[in-house]
Amino acid sequence: MIERSPLFNAITYLAMLIGLVLVLLPFWVVFIGATLSLPEVARVPLQMWPSDQLFQNISAAWIRADLGPKMINSLVVAVGVTVGKIVIAALSAFSIVFFNYRARMVFFWLIFITLMLPLEVRIVPTYAIAANALSPVQALLDVTGLTGLVQQLGGVQIALNWNLLNSYEGMILPLIATATGTFLYRQFFMTIPDELVEAAKMDGSRPMQFFVDVLVPLSRTNMLALATIMFVSTWNQYLWPLLVTTDREHFGTVVMQLKALVPAQNGTPDWNVTMAGALIIMLPPLLVVAVMQRWFVRGLITKDK
Amino acid sequence: MERRAYYRNKLLPWLLIAPQLLLVLVFFYWPTAQALYWAFTLEQPWGGGNAFVGFDNFTAIFSDSRYWGTVLRSAFYAVVATGLSMAMALTLALFVDRGLKGTKLFQSVFVWPYAIAAPAAGVAFRFMFSPQAGLIGTINQVWPGIWDPSTVGWQALLMVIVAHAWLGIGYNFVFFLAALQMIPRSVIEAGAMDGARPFRRMLDLQLPLIAPTTFFLLIMNLISSFTDSFGLIDTLTEGGPNDATVVMVYKIYFDGFKGLDYSGAAAQSIVLMLLVISLTFIQFKWVEKKIHYA
Amino acid sequence: MAAISIRGVKKRYNPKALVIHGVDVEIEKGEFVVILGPSGCGKSTLLRMIAGLEEISEGEIAIAGRVVNDLEPRERGCAMVFQNYALYPHMTVRQNIGYSLKVSGVPKAERDMRVVNVARIVALEPYLDRRPAELSGGQRQRVAMARAMVRSPEVFLFDEPLSNLDAKLRVAMRAEIRKLHRDLGVTSVFVTHDQNEAMTLADKLIIMNAGRVEQIGPPAEVYHRPASRFVADFIGSPAMNLLEGQFDDHGQFVHGTGGRLVVEQLNGVRRPGLRAVLGVRPEDVRRTEPHAPGAVSGTVDYIEELGSARVIHADVAGSRLVAVDASGVSLAPGAQVHLSVASGVLHLFSLESGQRIEQTH
Repeated sequence: MIERSPLFNAITYLAMLIGLVLVLLPFWVVFIGATLSLPEVARVPLQMWPSDQLFQNISAAWIRADLGPKMINSLVVAVGVTVGKIVIAALSAFSIVFFNYRARMVFFWLIFITLMLPLEVRIVPTYAIAANALSPVQALLDVTGLTGLVQQLGGVQIALNWNLLNSYEGMILPLIATATGTFLYRQFFMTIPDELVEAAKMDGSRPMQFFVDVLVPLSRTNMLALATIMFVSTWNQYLWPLLVTTDREHFGTVVMQLKALVPAQNGTPDWNVTMAGALIIMLPPLLVVAVMQRWFVRGLITKDK
Repeated sequence: MERRAYYRNKLLPWLLIAPQLLLVLVFFYWPTAQALYWAFTLEQPWGGGNAFVGFDNFTAIFSDSRYWGTVLRSAFYAVVATGLSMAMALTLALFVDRGLKGTKLFQSVFVWPYAIAAPAAGVAFRFMFSPQAGLIGTINQVWPGIWDPSTVGWQALLMVIVAHAWLGIGYNFVFFLAALQMIPRSVIEAGAMDGARPFRRMLDLQLPLIAPTTFFLLIMNLISSFTDSFGLIDTLTEGGPNDATVVMVYKIYFDGFKGLDYSGAAAQSIVLMLLVISLTFIQFKWVEKKIHYA
Repeated sequence: MAAISIRGVKKRYNPKALVIHGVDVEIEKGEFVVILGPSGCGKSTLLRMIAGLEEISEGEIAIAGRVVNDLEPRERGCAMVFQNYALYPHMTVRQNIGYSLKVSGVPKAERDMRVVNVARIVALEPYLDRRPAELSGGQRQRVAMARAMVRSPEVFLFDEPLSNLDAKLRVAMRAEIRKLHRDLGVTSVFVTHDQNEAMTLADKLIIMNAGRVEQIGPPAEVYHRPASRFVADFIGSPAMNLLEGQFDDHGQFVHGTGGRLVVEQLNGVRRPGLRAVLGVRPEDVRRTEPHAPGAVSGTVDYIEELGSARVIHADVAGSRLVAVDASGVSLAPGAQVHLSVASGVLHLFSLESGQRIEQTH
């Protein structure tokens, strides 16, 4: 710092310490709660140091919420969205930034506008489309009169149907369909100097070679940032998986199970098991953020500005 | 900035963008159009498709006082949660930005809430705020019955708002800190040479200089409070008690999926969309004439 | 057969803005050609059209007899050295140099051998496993050169490659490029705005201005017989004196506020009444005695000390006359000075078109 001001330094530490307590308190409560026995967790006031029931509570939560298969579902969906988004975003940004074609700006805006409306506000119709992902095609056929024509000529009723409910595709695809990643990649690709592209052209590399040999390795940091953001946000999805999976048993994710862990109104208040479940469910994204912090912070800032 | 170096190819760029475009068309534009269609039509009770009803669906929701209650509640929720979360994050960022010894540790912990799923936070806060359990519930031992969010509406709303604000701290902190660190050191040093002490410099130099970020975060937080509260509310209060925590998104979900009133839910979606779009629009306008101090 | 033929080439970015107004140039095999001009004159655009990085709006370019208008850069047999080097930041020096060979499918063993050979030529062997960020400016420059050389191209293209180096290094690299060209004998086209660089490197100089070619020729010819007022002004430092005026009935040149220059040279073109621009290089303006034949007097404005000589800026009857004086006799601003162009080489340019008016002998 510029000057010595012991008093202000003390205030700074004090403020950061209070902040630390406020930020950590929920984490601490979850952790403590997960270690307590049933009588301990029901005691008022709550004890603020850990007890020895952690593993019992975790295994109880694991069985009650069937977390094993649900973990796998969560992982499949989170990794699916992350990988899918990275691949699709990188390719589409490559198309928009490095090719000069007429429809380029139209495409850019078509994709960019999706940043404006989160999935939550268009949840009902998105659900309808998940019930039949081919309904736009069907509507197109109906409107153009093709359905009627085919029915008259061939006696066949065209009824296209691709049901995405209770499937990994249904959970994954709508979450990939936003511009976050595309925008992040575009921002990064814009910083690649023209001369580098030209040098690659002079060296004889074709578009896809340039993409694989130059762009992909150069955008590794961006990729890590995007991967972190996507993994965390997908793992934490709640409303969408809730809607799209009516078959909870096979397709439920861990986050959806949290509610099932809350003690019933008149049941045993075994919050210790609830907290143990919450602890394992929030651990994976927390670990990812803690480990990837440096990259993900940079990516977060470019993404949104 | 325009590039001058492009690859030339007729087909390839279309192939590259096709997957993204297809997803966006099917899962964004189609549903949005569908919402518009439903909002202006009503399903016939005896079948036979939807009939065009003009603004009837909107008139219906706007003449419903419970809907207005929801809108006002959402606005209150958004403003208070945003204010709380940003104030907290900004304070932390200002102190962390001083870069004193050991700050790195605080810095990484302050980001953590970003990683937490809203339902997980919901469950944790439900326990913390439970009138029977031993954290906030302790005050019931002193004044029996004073705290019970499962029956007292404002307490339930307060609980949801606090949880939402806590969840936002990490995201806001990251942006505030980045903005503060972008301020050239020389400006701060000049302030020090002019005799401004650290606290004065915070008020007179740092706060005005990060105004664009503050505004950006304000809009982002408002949008997220309007749209991203479902997970929290569903695990904390399920809208209760007595609708005291029903906000717009929750009502859309409820009317659409529990009440199966697609037209009403769609009309509500359109209202929420317009709200979000106008907030985004304000943000764009601001970006356009963003004050450049450089 | 010319190595590169540029025939009637034009470039427009939109229907109205023509940036290159029809250029015709023949470049012989093995020649070192320098395109020189002020910034924005279109020299880089012309080079990039040869490379295939910029589309040709009109006319055609042929390399080794083959019209390349519609060929991709990789199909033209050119290699290019860029102003900012444009090295791949994530690749080692070895990978940078070898990338074009890898792309064209040269087997790894042969590739490695060729990379090492080229690296030896530009003294980069010890640095082959470093990345560009770990190299100095001069070393990066060498990597860029090596990358161009490794493919044994038919043509080298240089786009102001030395402009990011400091003055000393630039002179050294200039010599190195010249030597490389002598050894390899590859046709080279080099774009620069630095006339010293241009004069020392070029076999043939192409002077461009505002999208047009002003003059093509060997450096000495461009210097001694500038084809236009623009070239006369652009080449040489300090710049050539250019006086606008008219010849009177006695063959004297009237300029400024009525100053007269006695001109013995320029036989045959010194028509009475001719309005023109008279050019004389500062080296050809001499200090003389007050009453020497042809002497004019002026007032010293200021003096630039070069060490070996001094550049005198004088006001002569309202015109600025610059002279290089090696006599060592000191002068102060405001002093009277007597100058003569009698023994110097004079150039004459049309007032309207700026073109050189040739003298008959």
